[in-house]
Amino acid sequence: MNSKRNTLLTTISFVLAIVFLYWLSANRLQHGMLVSVLQKGVIFALVAVSMNLLNGFTGLFSLGQAGFMSIGAYTTAILIIPVKSLDGVYYMNGVHPFIRAMKMLIADSPAFIQSVFPFIALLLGGLLAAGIAAIVGVAVLRLKSDYLAIATLGLSEIVRAIFSSPNFDQITNGSYGLNKIPNFPEMAWGLIPSLLTPFIVVGVCIAFILLLINSSYGRAFKAIREDEIAAEAMGINLFKHKSMSFVVSSFFSAIAGGLLAMYMRSIEAKTFSIPLTYDILLIVVIGGIGSVSGSIISAFLVTAAKEWWLRFFDQPLFFGDWQVPLFRTGFRMVIFSILLMVVVLVYRKGLMGSNEFSWDRLLGRFKRTGKSEGGRA
Amino acid sequence: MVSLVSFFFLIAPVVCTCYYHVTFNPIEIEPFSFTENTTFGYGELLMSMTTILQHCLTGISLGGAYALIAIGYTLVYGILRLINFAHGDIFMMAGYFMIFALASFPWPVAIIITLVVTTVMGIGIEKFAYKPLRNAPRMSIMISAIGVSYLLQNLSTYIFTAIPRGYPELPYLKRIFRIGELSASFVTILTPILTIILVIILMILVNKTKTGMAMRAVSKDFETAKLMGINIDRIVSVTFAIGSLLAGVGSILYFTDRMSVTPFSGTLPGLKCFVAAVFGGIGNIPGAVVGGFFIGIVETLLIALGYSTFSDAFTFLLLIIMLLIKPTGLFGEKNVEKV
Repeated sequence: MNSKRNTLLTTISFVLAIVFLYWLSANRLQHGMLVSVLQKGVIFALVAVSMNLLNGFTGLFSLGQAGFMSIGAYTTAILIIPVKSLDGVYYMNGVHPFIRAMKMLIADSPAFIQSVFPFIALLLGGLLAAGIAAIVGVAVLRLKSDYLAIATLGLSEIVRAIFSSPNFDQITNGSYGLNKIPNFPEMAWGLIPSLLTPFIVVGVCIAFILLLINSSYGRAFKAIREDEIAAEAMGINLFKHKSMSFVVSSFFSAIAGGLLAMYMRSIEAKTFSIPLTYDILLIVVIGGIGSVSGSIISAFLVTAAKEWWLRFFDQPLFFGDWQVPLFRTGFRMVIFSILLMVVVLVYRKGLMGSNEFSWDRLLGRFKRTGKSEGGRA
Repeated sequence: MVSLVSFFFLIAPVVCTCYYHVTFNPIEIEPFSFTENTTFGYGELLMSMTTILQHCLTGISLGGAYALIAIGYTLVYGILRLINFAHGDIFMMAGYFMIFALASFPWPVAIIITLVVTTVMGIGIEKFAYKPLRNAPRMSIMISAIGVSYLLQNLSTYIFTAIPRGYPELPYLKRIFRIGELSASFVTILTPILTIILVIILMILVNKTKTGMAMRAVSKDFETAKLMGINIDRIVSVTFAIGSLLAGVGSILYFTDRMSVTPFSGTLPGLKCFVAAVFGGIGNIPGAVVGGFFIGIVETLLIALGYSTFSDAFTFLLLIIMLLIKPTGLFGEKNVEKV
């Protein structure tokens, strides 16, 4: 009976979410902040889940997420910048003839290919990142915990240096970055408005990650996390599973990076520096290391708090004539870092610990509070 | 209690900001800035002997500062098996402390204040962020270290703003010497010498004193050292104190050459110095020094050759290659993994 009820609840909330998004899409002008927070939140949810797959489920402490995101973002951006804006974007150094030729080819292709091309671009970005991860993984995954962390952090810095170097000016536009990137495309011939696209792409990706985690591969990942030597003794091929986790995680980070490029409309190598990885780590830690739903919830919470709810910390605040001290630019981030420290030191499990979201738990919590209140009365 | 004290020291700069407004120096061109040499072009190796020596001198000076920071990483890692991600930010904070101390005190007093405050901050961070997690999994401690680094960066962005602040010039350090065709400011010559002297003192401390013996014991085996009656907390505090003190010295030497401090100017040097520590064999003090000098010199030469965008990437490439070929570093002991 419970499982039936849970399915029903899941379906209802799913339908409600879609209806809400359609409503939002119709009234997007009045709710600009909500739209941008939700879109950014969903993109960060994908990165956080992919980081969690690596850190929480496989026990590989990797800090290379920003690097793989930048690979995805740059690939997607270079592929989808429209051919007529090329000269405006690469106004300093000119564009590489190969890229221009490729874009001409796409512009001449049938309308159907053009409409799905942004998704192909996302996929190509993901595949490129996955390929790089597979090659680099051979070397890097031999390292243990903290060495792996610093090596992957270094890796993302190397990627950033390559993207911002003047030697690849005609492709990556060096330190000027890329702009005039088109926004999210529509799906299914306009049936699904562009606002919903990131939600659908991320939904599909997270569903895939969930399937992977619940498969026998996922159980092997968890075994490796708990005890590498025991896992090896049980016949799990350590390198194969570690590199699979690394490649899958990089693939989805890159897709999220591509979505971020479409969301931000302009990117530069600086966007993907070390603090971005720390931001994602903050989301994962607050959500609970080893919980997919925790990462998703905390991605939305952290993004909303950072971009919207806590904005007032950065503005001077007055009560009558008295100005509240401490409130000025940067205070929001201080609050955030203190929050992170509190979570790390006191609530080490984060929001969800290593549990997943379940209706039973949620309803049980309501019931328990109801009961205790009843008892008190 | 201690965390309260450390909090006080974090807040102290705010008070300083209120009282002493430091005027922002426009960035001047250094006597030997690298930009002059970009005319050599890519990979062109036609530098004269003098130019090469000149760059080596700059590199050695940079390497000396790196070596001092790397020692902090190597000591902490040797004892707690923790990459102290906040070390680079302690180094950055020391830069700010110096700016504010020098605004109101003569330079000898200012240097002493900077070093003392930095040391106390290092100990405070350990008590506040690492000690509660002593028995937690290593990943938690590392996340805590990243959290402290994030906190220090955001706090200093908030307090000092992200605009680069001019580093005060000590006239004694900036005086220019000429040796034949080479010319160098006093700080360039002082850095490696001071580094070597400090390392020798540190080696004597570690090898000859009782505290040093305890430190070596703790780094060999944490649990057994505890059983032998060594006060672990005290040893860890001493380690952090030494590391932060050296980072403070390194910061004065480094920023005198760099002219300005921003809240993020500690991140990259911090990571590079960790690489230096790994390169020399983590836990090994002379190794960290050699690694620091090596990275400093190679980086300077890369910049001189025109590959400045890749000079940071090189460091990490070096790390990955080193870890693959000889994970224990140049002078590291072979560490058998215990099951």
